[in-house]
This record gives sequence, structure tokens and C-alpha cells, in this order.
Amino acid sequence: MNVPENLKYTEEHEWIKVDQNIATVGVTDYAQGELGDVVFVEMPTLGKSFKKGDVVASIEAVKTVAEVYLPVSGKVVELNDALNDAPESINEDAFGNGWMFKIEMSDPSELDSLMTAERYKDLIE
Amino acid sequence: MHQYIPNTVDDQRKMLAELGLGTFEELLTLIPDGIRFKGDLPLAAGVSELEHKSTVSELSRSGVSTSSHVSFLGAGSYDHYIPQIVDFLTARSEFYTAYTPYQAEVSQGTLQAMFEYQSMICELTGMDISNASLYDGASALAEACLLAVRHTQRHRILIAETVNPVYREVAETYGQALDVKYETLSNGNRQINLAELSAMDLSDVAAVVVQTPNFFGTLEDVSAIKKAMGESGTLLITINNPISLALLKSPAELGADISVGEGQTLGAHQSFGGPYLGFMAVKIAFARKIPGRIIGETVDNQGRRAFVMVLRTREQDIRRERASSNICSNQGLLALTACIYMAALGKRGLREVAELSTQKAHYLADEIGQIPGFGVKGNSLFFNEFVVTCPIPAKTLIERAGAVGFLAGVAVEDFFPGSPNELLVAVTEKRTRSELDRFINFLKTIS
Repeated sequence: MNVPENLKYTEEHEWIKVDQNIATVGVTDYAQGELGDVVFVEMPTLGKSFKKGDVVASIEAVKTVAEVYLPVSGKVVELNDALNDAPESINEDAFGNGWMFKIEMSDPSELDSLMTAERYKDLIE
Repeated sequence: MHQYIPNTVDDQRKMLAELGLGTFEELLTLIPDGIRFKGDLPLAAGVSELEHKSTVSELSRSGVSTSSHVSFLGAGSYDHYIPQIVDFLTARSEFYTAYTPYQAEVSQGTLQAMFEYQSMICELTGMDISNASLYDGASALAEACLLAVRHTQRHRILIAETVNPVYREVAETYGQALDVKYETLSNGNRQINLAELSAMDLSDVAAVVVQTPNFFGTLEDVSAIKKAMGESGTLLITINNPISLALLKSPAELGADISVGEGQTLGAHQSFGGPYLGFMAVKIAFARKIPGRIIGETVDNQGRRAFVMVLRTREQDIRRERASSNICSNQGLLALTACIYMAALGKRGLREVAELSTQKAHYLADEIGQIPGFGVKGNSLFFNEFVVTCPIPAKTLIERAGAVGFLAGVAVEDFFPGSPNELLVAVTEKRTRSELDRFINFLKTIS
């Protein structure tokens, strides 16, 4: 199972990549495998602020739908618009082209509560 | 064995024994004494089928219906002609006894009928997607308002005063627990006050709701309303009479985002106000937010045309509390009725129904306008319904008309207190010239 070392993870199978105070968020390779073919991604509202744990997006597969919880509080500053036309990127490249949105973090200390790659591997194995 | 309860005295004894009880009465002891009925129901002794039938027929003869009287009733329910084929086909037991198909894909025939229904609703409204129906026009409006709230994340809805007040009541009931605020858009001369709308700040308004033709029968200027709404991001919901759409520009063309309405006019009997049919059609942008079932066309594993339920992830059984609606069902039999009605009439037939209704309504309005003491209110932009100002209270007129074979119309007073002399009159293609002239002659005797 592909679980990159340089990312942080949540129990709800989101990954988060931190660059200064900007966090990029997506769902893990394990999550996309469980969902099956993704057909639609509902994105958060650009420019809106949310709290850690808020449901901000959803991923629709053929027979199910998964909510995406925000791993850290902050403001949505960028959306991966390419997912509108190619939601399958989440299946094909969950940690790359399948990224969903970027958050300007309001409380970076929240990162400490997230899982390391090692702990996440334990969770899914 | 009881006539309506399919178990024998022996069955009952066994069930009671299982519960450790001796008699049926013991089973009821949990119901508080004060509210429990004891003894025998005060019902008359049984009568023979023959006696029963003649009693009921006698009762039924004393009633009034659209077959015994010439009807000008409207206000949301209309006396259009229903071709024989509609009742004949819908009464087939395959259709009549079926509820929503739980193994939906097995029921290809039902799914195809719903697909055809949706396609025809889309043609009439000009919209991209129609659902497989809702309960009635009022609940369809309520669902449309909730869609707008979900989409815009705003909680104010501006609803025109010219919208059927009953629809508004239902929408408000639906919106209560969701903190939706309904505010009134006032009317001037039976139409939305455009100046008032243009001056409003809509930045926190989820939707503007307009009915056209409205409750008073008058057509609203939908494209002007759309223009007045500017770039507010507010959705425009129109309530439409589907028959009128055979003649008028489609709501999509005029700028509406959501079109809903009452489908009773499409082949369903007026009955006593139901069961009716709510339709809802939206632009593609709301595909994932529309409530209710949607049937789509696909191909099976051998490449043959087939029908399936689509966009299922909006629905309650998958999405749970975040579903687009609590309604996972539809008004299947009535949607089928509408489908058969529209197919039987075809594009030309539907247009003819609309044209005849309009022409006859306008003839009647013109003639009534010339009777001393009577007036036809508002402007001349109406479809098949208009308000008549009478020289006497509308309710008195309705009573007198009833005695001579007319259901004269609906008293506006019942919906808008303060207008006792106003009568809402609807005309369908069923009304003959001689019926209209007889009604005109009757009105001439009123003063």
C-alpha cells in the first residue's frame, strides 16, 4: 500500500501536505481503493473558513459517497478544478493530481494531532 | 373469522397464549383508562349489499360534481378532459397495484415510463433534468426552496404574494426546522412589483419564487423578474402550469433555475384535492442537489437500451442525513398518468388544449366584462383563469350558481381576506360555447 512518508494522515483517510502555512488536502490511496470509481467531487466554497473536523467536501463513487473532513482549521484558498472534468484522478493518482484543495491554516499546532505515515500504515493494515 | 382481520379465534388464542394473556382486553390494559373506549362501537346493524348500494347511490346523487355541474373551478386544480385511454391504461393491475419498485432495475417497463415522463417534462419546461415526480405542486415548491437553500447556503426566500397561498403554507411548514425564512414580495395589480424587487438587496436571498400564471391567473413577466434580480446569485424558482407551457415560452428560456408545479392537469382526476402530482425540473448545475428519484438511460451488458436509477448518492438510503431530501419515493402512478396523457395528446394535442382553454377563457372574460355591475380585474395577460369582480359577495353568487347547475368559481376571499366580491374563474377546453353563454346569461340575472 502506497503511503508517502512526507505526509500527515487522519483516521478518516485524508492526507495533508504542509508548505509553510498552506496545507494541501486529499484522500489516501487506501480510501480511493475502498470507494471504487470516483464519478464526482463536491468541493468546499473557495474563501470560506472552516474548523478542523467540519465536513467540507464529498467524493461520490458509483454506489456510495464519502464525506471529506477538514484535517486542520483554516480558510480554503485554492481548489483543484481539474477534478471537475477528471474526478478519476483521485483513483489514478490520489497523492498527486488527485489533491482536492488548499487550506491557509489558522492553527498549525493542530498538525500535531495528525498521524505519521507509519501510524497510518498500522491503521490500514 | 372477522371480516377484515384475517385470523381465526383459534389464531388469536394462540397469539395471546404466547404473550401469557387470557383475553384481548388484557392486551389493551396499557392504554390509559381515561382515553380507552369501552363497550361496543355505536354502529348500526349490518345491511345487505343491495340495501347498502342503494343508500350510497342516493347519497352520491345528492352531491355535486363536475359531471352534474358545469365547472369553472380552478385555483390549482382544473377540469380538463381526460381521454379514455389514460384511465384504461393506468387501471391495468400491473400499474395500479404497484408501489415504488424496490428491485427497480427488474421493472424496466416502469423505469421506461418514468424516463419518458421526465423527458416530456424537460421538453415542456426547457430544463435539463426532471425527477420522477414529487407528491404535489405545493411539496414540489417546498423541495425547490430547500434546494435553493442548500445550494446558496442562504436562508431567506422571497415568495411573491401572487403565489397560491396554500403552496406557501406547505413550503413554510417544510422550512420550519431548517430555519428558512419566507418573506413576501408584494403585488401591484395582480403582478409582482418589479420596482420593489429591483431595489432589494438580494445578496443573502436564496431564491425568488414566482408563479406564472399566478394564483389570480395573470402571467408574470419572468424575464423582467430575472433581470431585476441581477447578478445576486439568487435562484429563480417558477411555479408553472404544465398545460400552459405548450403555448408559452419555457421557464428555462425565461431564465428560471428551477421549475416546479402541479401535474394534475396532465390527465389526473380532480377528486377531492388528490392524489396529485408534483413535477420538478432543474438546470444541469443542480443535478446533484435535486431531490427524488431520477431515471436514466443506459445500455446493458449486451449493448441493449436499458433504464436505471441514476444519481442515487443524493438519496436517503445512501446519503443518510445529508441526503437531498427525505423523499426517496415518487408519485409513480400519477407520473405514469401524466406520461400517458402527454403521449396520447402529443405535441399538437397539448397545444390545442392550451389554445382552446385560452380562447374560451378570454371569450368568457370579455363577455363578463360587458355585464353591468361585473368587472374583470387586472390586465389581459392571462392564460385560462381570471378574477371577476361581482356586484354581490362571491360566496352568495357561488351558492346561487350551484342551484342552477354551475360551479361558478373560487371565492378569492377564502385565500385573501378583504376581497369578498372577487371570484376566480377558470375555463378549460371542456367548456362548450353553449355552456359559456348559459353562464353569461345566468350572471346577467345577478345584480
